[in-house]
Amino acid sequence: MMVMFSKKKSAQKKPVTQKKSRIIASNKKRPALKTSVKAKISKPKKKPTHAKGVSEKKKVKRKTQMVVAEKKIEKKKEPERTFVPPPKKTEEEPKEFKAIRASIHKLLKKDFLPISIIDGIVERVAQDKKIEAKLKSIVQKALEEYTKNCIDPTEACGMISAQSIGEPGTQMTMRTFHYAGVAEINVTLGLPRLIEIVDARSTPSTPMMNIYLRDEYRINSDLAKEIANKIEITKLTDVADIEMDLVNITIAIKPNKKTMEKKGIVINDLLERVQSVRKLSAKIEKDTIKVMLDEPGYKVLQNTNEMLKNLKIKGIDGIKRVIIRKEPNEGYVIYSEGSNLKEVLDIEGVDPYRTTTNDIHAIARELGIEAARNTIIQEAYSTLSEQGLNVDMRHIMLVADVMTADGTVRAIGRHGVSGEKSSVLSRAAFEITVNHLLLASQRGESDKLNGVAENIIVGQPVNLGTGAIELVMNPKKRKQKEK
Amino acid sequence: MAGRSITKKIGALEFSVLSPNEIRKMSATKVITADTYDDDGFPITMGLMDQRLSVIEPGLRCKTCGLKVGKDKCPGHFGHIDLAMPVIHVGFVKTIRNCLRATCRKCGRILLSDKELEEHQKIILKNASEGRDNAYIFKIIISSATKTEGCPRCHAISGKIDLDKPTSFRENGKKLTPTEIREWLEKIPDEDLPLLDINIQSARPEWMVLTVLPVPPVTVRPSVTLESGERSEDDLTHKLVDVIRINQRLQENRDAGAPQLIVEDLWELLQYHVTTYLDNQTSGIPPARHRSGRPLKTLAQRLKGKEGRFRSNLSGKRVNFSARTVISPDPNLSINEIGVPVEIARELTIPVRVTTQNLEWCKKLIKQTAQPEKPGEDYRPYVNYVKRYREGVEQRMKVTEKNAGDIAEKLELGFTIERQLMDGDIALFNRQPSLHRMSMMAHRIKVMPNRSFRFNLSVCPPYNADFDGDEMNLHLLQGEEAKAEAEILMKVQENLMSPRFGGVIIGGLHDHISGCFLLTYKDKKFSKEKTSEMLATFKYKGKFPEVHTLNGESVVYGRDIFSVLLPKDLNIEYKSKACYHCEVCQAPDCPHGAYVIVKNGKLKQGIIDENSIGSFKGKIVERIIRDHGTAAGRIFIDDVTRLGIAVVTVIGFTTSIDDEDIPTEAKRQIEEGLQKAQNKINTLVLAYERGELESLPGRSLEETLEMEIMRVTGRARDMAGEIASKYLGLNNSAVIMAKSGARGSMLNLSQMSGCVGQQAVRGERISRGYKYRTLPHFKKGDLGASAKGFVANSYKSGLNPTEYFFHSMGGREGLVDTAVRTSRSGYMQRRLVNALEDLKVESDGTVRHTGGEIIQFQYGDDGVDPTRSTTGKAVDIDRIIYDVSHGG
Repeated sequence: MMVMFSKKKSAQKKPVTQKKSRIIASNKKRPALKTSVKAKISKPKKKPTHAKGVSEKKKVKRKTQMVVAEKKIEKKKEPERTFVPPPKKTEEEPKEFKAIRASIHKLLKKDFLPISIIDGIVERVAQDKKIEAKLKSIVQKALEEYTKNCIDPTEACGMISAQSIGEPGTQMTMRTFHYAGVAEINVTLGLPRLIEIVDARSTPSTPMMNIYLRDEYRINSDLAKEIANKIEITKLTDVADIEMDLVNITIAIKPNKKTMEKKGIVINDLLERVQSVRKLSAKIEKDTIKVMLDEPGYKVLQNTNEMLKNLKIKGIDGIKRVIIRKEPNEGYVIYSEGSNLKEVLDIEGVDPYRTTTNDIHAIARELGIEAARNTIIQEAYSTLSEQGLNVDMRHIMLVADVMTADGTVRAIGRHGVSGEKSSVLSRAAFEITVNHLLLASQRGESDKLNGVAENIIVGQPVNLGTGAIELVMNPKKRKQKEK
Repeated sequence: MAGRSITKKIGALEFSVLSPNEIRKMSATKVITADTYDDDGFPITMGLMDQRLSVIEPGLRCKTCGLKVGKDKCPGHFGHIDLAMPVIHVGFVKTIRNCLRATCRKCGRILLSDKELEEHQKIILKNASEGRDNAYIFKIIISSATKTEGCPRCHAISGKIDLDKPTSFRENGKKLTPTEIREWLEKIPDEDLPLLDINIQSARPEWMVLTVLPVPPVTVRPSVTLESGERSEDDLTHKLVDVIRINQRLQENRDAGAPQLIVEDLWELLQYHVTTYLDNQTSGIPPARHRSGRPLKTLAQRLKGKEGRFRSNLSGKRVNFSARTVISPDPNLSINEIGVPVEIARELTIPVRVTTQNLEWCKKLIKQTAQPEKPGEDYRPYVNYVKRYREGVEQRMKVTEKNAGDIAEKLELGFTIERQLMDGDIALFNRQPSLHRMSMMAHRIKVMPNRSFRFNLSVCPPYNADFDGDEMNLHLLQGEEAKAEAEILMKVQENLMSPRFGGVIIGGLHDHISGCFLLTYKDKKFSKEKTSEMLATFKYKGKFPEVHTLNGESVVYGRDIFSVLLPKDLNIEYKSKACYHCEVCQAPDCPHGAYVIVKNGKLKQGIIDENSIGSFKGKIVERIIRDHGTAAGRIFIDDVTRLGIAVVTVIGFTTSIDDEDIPTEAKRQIEEGLQKAQNKINTLVLAYERGELESLPGRSLEETLEMEIMRVTGRARDMAGEIASKYLGLNNSAVIMAKSGARGSMLNLSQMSGCVGQQAVRGERISRGYKYRTLPHFKKGDLGASAKGFVANSYKSGLNPTEYFFHSMGGREGLVDTAVRTSRSGYMQRRLVNALEDLKVESDGTVRHTGGEIIQFQYGDDGVDPTRSTTGKAVDIDRIIYDVSHGG
């Protein structure tokens, strides 16, 4: 027979240990480096792969929130963010489900099946009692199928994901505005939105929030409206007419009773807000507020007039418009144009566990990198499926994981993932060629030729797929054996 | 492959800055003359074309290494120019600026205390060991050192360093000459350099001020001899001529003791020429131009951008053994095959090593070359070349009609013959843009007459090809490993399932679907003769389908004919495309025949359409591939497409303009409906003008009106479509195509026969054009339907001029959209690919970067290959349960 020899890849074991130590290290060191940035714990990436994972995730979420609350006390001495316990699982899993689940685990012994498959089996078996007797063969078949469907080692999964997301891009619309979910709010969709997600822009072009409410707030329409009023930004012009009196160099603010009532503002609130502005004094005369300038002057009057028009009376910065809708099985939900996750979460009555925004960076700041990863997946997946394009979740997950792998949200492109590659040639081949080469020479970098682009450049087999196998026939040995 | 040993592998590439000493050491000659050739056309010694810098004419020998250009390849040798005065390297100005700002002009140390330096050093080392980016630390060091006023060591006061782009420096407003800068940089001690992001092993800051300039070998900048005998020099040579000339003048002037002003002017000119020699697009200075006015392509331009060395020669390379021609369809080919024109087959070759097993066959092949086939005879492959290795040197002989006999006689074991293509050879077939891996698949070659590539229509979707003049590329595989890999991984039948969503992407289309629809729709019956005719098209050899006797005639049911193709163990139930999505689904007893049931390989009921055999959706195709492998899948697709075409041929299937005819009654109804819509719009407009319109929450009145009108026009079109389709039944070919998913949609049909509907630009009614109106045909401020782009006519009844104009506006938007989209999505994909190309699933199931960094602990959180998943699901549980409960 042929005699083969294979170069054992000694390098393979090594990176594991390195990576582990890095993760442990990252927890402590990160805040030390950038103290000014919120002490956000960049959680080591841990993928929930079995039943435990779900509850674990919840815990992580709660922890991060407490950390945020603590930090606040130190910094601003604002009232502590009221800690809302996570909603209890309203439906405990029925007993029969548990029983089936237990018997499946028994059947599996040491073998592994993803939780989604087990869940699927449990659900269906519980529906149809007749097939419970055949549970064993079901589990066996599922296991067989699962092992068959597993991905091959050395597969170039990144390239496949990139192609799978990029290829349907040509079929997407460029139409920027469309109405998604709520008819009244414009949202960027299609290719521009996908590019925005991949670019990891610091703010989306159309920020939007889905604000879910808690307990009685979501049932009682008045309470919901109250919250909406607290959130939506109200400017002075929205509730009052502003008139300039050029003769006396004063400004008269005449509140509009109807809108004031609607927004739940009284005239004293207005006065308070106006008085907080510097270099003017104000008082109430009948139903109007009279504003007098400390330093009267025509130009100053005009400037003040403009400023007063845009004076914020109430609400949260960045939230331009809110819409309250009653959703089936949910009650009142607030949708908002504009986003400010940090402050919305602080509002009493807002359910911080379900409220979302499409601003990925805000999520990374407030809820941590894991949440940001989930948002990227969620946003990218919904933009693609909204266009009627079917792309496997795993491809999008991989992109999201690459973007968030180092604990920060990085863009796909020269300022992010591609610009931080270790290989000089790969960076030079992508963009800004000359600068990368010059910098590399100054730093004395060396290119280890591990990646794809580098090996193509020097004309060697790539270390992926069939190219990763280093199995070579040795003709000499064969001859010896024949002799 | 004996004879070929394991090739050496490059371990790593290191980058560093050349020191003046290194440049002199590697130089073959100093270059002092600005001229290239003397009057006899001979290269001048110590000129730019010195023969020691390698040669370009074939036959001449390089004076340094004695090798020729052609075969043994002289790699070329550098020369150098000694610059009379130092000059700043443009690429490094930023580094130079940082060094000047951060160091003391007297002692050269960084303007920070030892303690601070130590702290920074620690962080840098720590970050480096953890593989983190250090860039921000360097920024901190430089900015804090710049702010320091006096040196903590020698207490010298540092001045403010300004950089006048691109290359001149000022200290407190006084110009610093490159000589001064160089002296300053020399003072910076080695131990401080790592804190300025300079590696002492690879660079010294003073090397960034050039005192000697390397001259690239002649092979890098070959001159071209034009037909007129004139010599045309490369852009780099031109630039180097300039540099040498000014350098000479500068030296002469300086040595002659010319006034300071003249020397400085020349010095600056030298700086300009060296700058443009390195990068001719430096901002702040005019680019150097050719005599014709074209900007010169200098060093940076050669590397940069899409047409630069990196992207166009290193990341992508030109290849041999490839062909390109127009494509055309051939339904008689299998999906695995490709028809290659004889002309191409004769030109391209595949190497075959002569062994004891194939010696005779090879000889026969060579001898064939001497006897060209007569017209009408089948194609025979010849041999183009015979190669042999003698003492390590390759000898290549062209086989011609004359010498074929001789060569065949002399053929020995170990020779290699380069034979022409023959049926069954494997080749890669590709269409650009190659957006996914299915854009390049392996096919088996079939040599055919005529001059286009031909392939089965079912393979169009993965390539995204059509036959309106598309061209495609063919690549031949030259090695055994490559052929084996292509066979196992790249053949069309191995790529039936898409890795994008885990479904089929190759299946029947157009006529194949129409055919199967007709075959299975409403208990279609065929005579025995017709049945045989159809079965013969795919050379069916099995049992004849069941024959029934109806009214004394023996007939065969269409579904039984279709069942012939199905494997005997196929059990599947699903909803077909014909499904109406009724409120209450009657599943197994669907009145529309939309519920397909296959039992033990027999089609019991239901219509076979796009959801059964179509690309992207075909459920039956998918199941066959999953259960019986890719070969069975290929056979099924081959046969089902042929059957579909046979049915269409037997029954007859055509569509024409009268398919869109609707009765006068329908026309009247549509007109009525449109009138109603018109009235509704008018009332809306009236309400708006009177200010009675209630605005939607968060919308202005105008927006509300627009939205309301858009809704009304949309409904009007749907109404027209509904009325039209009520009168267009399934006896209409156009409807059959739309309903079965073969081509077109009901929307297309309703636009042709009912009403085209509202035209939109940017998602709104058309509102641009003249002041307050779209066209002069309308009154100013007209907000009615027809004034804002509503097309009430159908395509068949014809559009009136204003409608036609609005329709063109909508059409134009679509075209612009496509053009913009392709470039934007192309760039996005390039970025995605660049970011993700290095990811790999390791043997332990983790996904890692080739550098070792872990991205995912388990691929996709469950380790399932999307290609093998059932539209995303790891395991098709429903199917398992169906199988188990139905006695599996």
